[in-house]
Amino acid sequence: MSDALRTCLLACGLVVLAAGCDADDDGAATVVDFWALGREGEVVERLVPAFEERTPGVRVRVQQIPWSAAREKLITALVAGTMPDVFQLGSTWVAEFLALGAIEPLAAPRFPAPAGGDDFFAGILEANVIDGTTWGLPWYVDTRVLFYRSDLLSRTGCRAPRTWDEWLGCMEAVRREASGDAFAILLPLTEWETPVILAMQSGATLLRDDDQRGNFQSAEFRRAFTLYLSLFERGLAPRGGEATAANVYQGFAEGTFSFLVTGPWNLSQFRERLPASLARAWATAPMPAPDGRWPGVSLAGGASLALWRGSKVKDAAWRWMQYLVEPAQQAELNRLAGDLPARASAWRELALDRGEHTSAFWLQLQHVRPTPRIPEWERIAAEIGRRAEAAIRGVETVDQALAALDENVDRILAKRRWLRARAARERAGDAP
Amino acid sequence: MTELRSRAPYVLVAPALLAIGAFFFVPILAALALSATDFDLYALADPDNLRVVGLDNYARLLADPVFRTALANTTYFVVVAAPLSIAVSLGAALLVSARLTRFPSLFRTVFFLPVVTTLVAAAVVWRYLYHPRLGLLNRALAWLGIAPIDWLGDPAWAMPAIILMSVWKNFGFNMVIFVAGLQSIPTRLYEAASIDGAGPVARFLHVTAPMLAPTFTFVALMTMIGDFQLFSEPYVMTQGGPGDATLSVVLLMYREGFRWWNLGYAAATAFVLFIIILVLTSVALALRKRAAGAAEGAAATNAGAGAATAGAGA
Repeated sequence: MSDALRTCLLACGLVVLAAGCDADDDGAATVVDFWALGREGEVVERLVPAFEERTPGVRVRVQQIPWSAAREKLITALVAGTMPDVFQLGSTWVAEFLALGAIEPLAAPRFPAPAGGDDFFAGILEANVIDGTTWGLPWYVDTRVLFYRSDLLSRTGCRAPRTWDEWLGCMEAVRREASGDAFAILLPLTEWETPVILAMQSGATLLRDDDQRGNFQSAEFRRAFTLYLSLFERGLAPRGGEATAANVYQGFAEGTFSFLVTGPWNLSQFRERLPASLARAWATAPMPAPDGRWPGVSLAGGASLALWRGSKVKDAAWRWMQYLVEPAQQAELNRLAGDLPARASAWRELALDRGEHTSAFWLQLQHVRPTPRIPEWERIAAEIGRRAEAAIRGVETVDQALAALDENVDRILAKRRWLRARAARERAGDAP
Repeated sequence: MTELRSRAPYVLVAPALLAIGAFFFVPILAALALSATDFDLYALADPDNLRVVGLDNYARLLADPVFRTALANTTYFVVVAAPLSIAVSLGAALLVSARLTRFPSLFRTVFFLPVVTTLVAAAVVWRYLYHPRLGLLNRALAWLGIAPIDWLGDPAWAMPAIILMSVWKNFGFNMVIFVAGLQSIPTRLYEAASIDGAGPVARFLHVTAPMLAPTFTFVALMTMIGDFQLFSEPYVMTQGGPGDATLSVVLLMYREGFRWWNLGYAAATAFVLFIIILVLTSVALALRKRAAGAAEGAAATNAGAGAATAGAGA
């Protein structure tokens, strides 16, 4: 207890000191507070000096927030009124922070689209647009593609699969070829991403009635969900999930599995953590499609920059945001943190579109789709993961899991339906 | 003079009462009010979106299969971990207090160390111990010819794994209270018993056990109350998984409240848990009182000594 108290006092003291120091060398400068998450929070500091040099009178103060606590911290700050002027957020959170009234709409004339901004990836930009208004600037992008062991695949005569059937055949072949306890693909049990990608490919709309109810018992979602579960039933994916391998990289290196559906953060991890002998034995490919229209769609993800509605230095903050999304800064962020730029011009500048492992992302990013843009999405996504896990473990049948999913999602969306109905009543009341 | 004297106590307790009122009773009343609303993300943005729903949260909660799972898991934890923890701490207390033990203060410190260790750091180490392929625990099992167990990944084993770690982490605290209780037993009682020909087992049953009974009640109650509030261990080790196997009531409350911002529902969860603990504590105290009343003569002196111990422990 007394330790906690001491820490608290120390922290308070430091804050006071820091505030004192700032006041000293700021003079009349405008200070833009910026919250960056995870790895970006560590490196973005290095982009600050060039900005401050270019924009006299504006200083940027970066605060690093870990990803795991980011949503909670941002919402707490919002309630307390201590939001930063600019903040990084997952592009799937935009709707949530919009509902909270935290984000300033980015509309002309005050906040015009960035110069030459037509080279943002369309699917990613779309994730930041709700009801026709732009709420965030894409900072870097993120989607999921296939990572696979090219050496093990070529041994079976497979090429990177382009359809679901090819993919399944390839996984069967790889497993037949491999030694006893190997699998073909590693799918973490509670992950919602892979079943949702398959569902999007199969043409499912996850929600219906203007995103007010779950639509998980539709034929399209069922088809994708059944395919996903069949990977476990056929023994292609381990029912033990991630615990099957000591860690993903070791399991991949040992050939415990040959496929992963994962994102750009694993590019650098694979380079660093796989043994040197396997450096040329892995490759990436865009997602297979259910039919001939390759590549299949994947998730539009990544991080966006948003402007706090209550900021007192919106113009300075806006300049900082625009600076960060310039192709040159995006390229620099890629060099510092490995993030994939949100703009095609930065890709070309870095030759990522032709890169050995990045070209698959380049292709995939032309075929990405955002998840439903409603504040409840994070919770719905977690629910999909939980029901998928129950079905994989055999606790629930496909029918039970999908019925439970619809029921739970309907309950999650109950407040949304009520708000919509009230808004409709008010409109009807105004009309006559 | 008399007026001053009659007023003085109130003045002296006022600061404490004010602090308790402002930081304890006001938040509790606010939470009670919150539990009668559907306060959520939308209400956070605009108070207009708040609905008063009365007891609806409680009705939904009791019908919620996830809450029932969480309650069952928590009960499982309390029923297994609390007796286990008390038994281990009593055993450890007897060992470090035994006259034959050398360096008793060293052992007291060593056994107490897990209590002061940061839980997150300990959890990281325990996750290594529990690793299905590389963990020390499974290596030891393999050496004994037992097939490896996926401790944190298998729904059947995750809760036992949490219990094991939690007992290791917390038994030292109860041990210290038991040591204090043991020290307050007068040596003359043991001497008298020895002279009457009582062996170590008889001495434990007829001297230690009855003299330690009040301490035991105190430790059992505090452990039960603490165990019902199980949160940190599953939060750090499993996040409630696999498949909700380690989801506790408080973890569910945290998830609803601070992950999904359904503060109304989370507040209702907190009150249901509070009522459960209140009822169980009252029942336990009533039982204790009746037992004490039955054994009036001897217990009267013990309770006095024990209450002092319990007070020192708290």
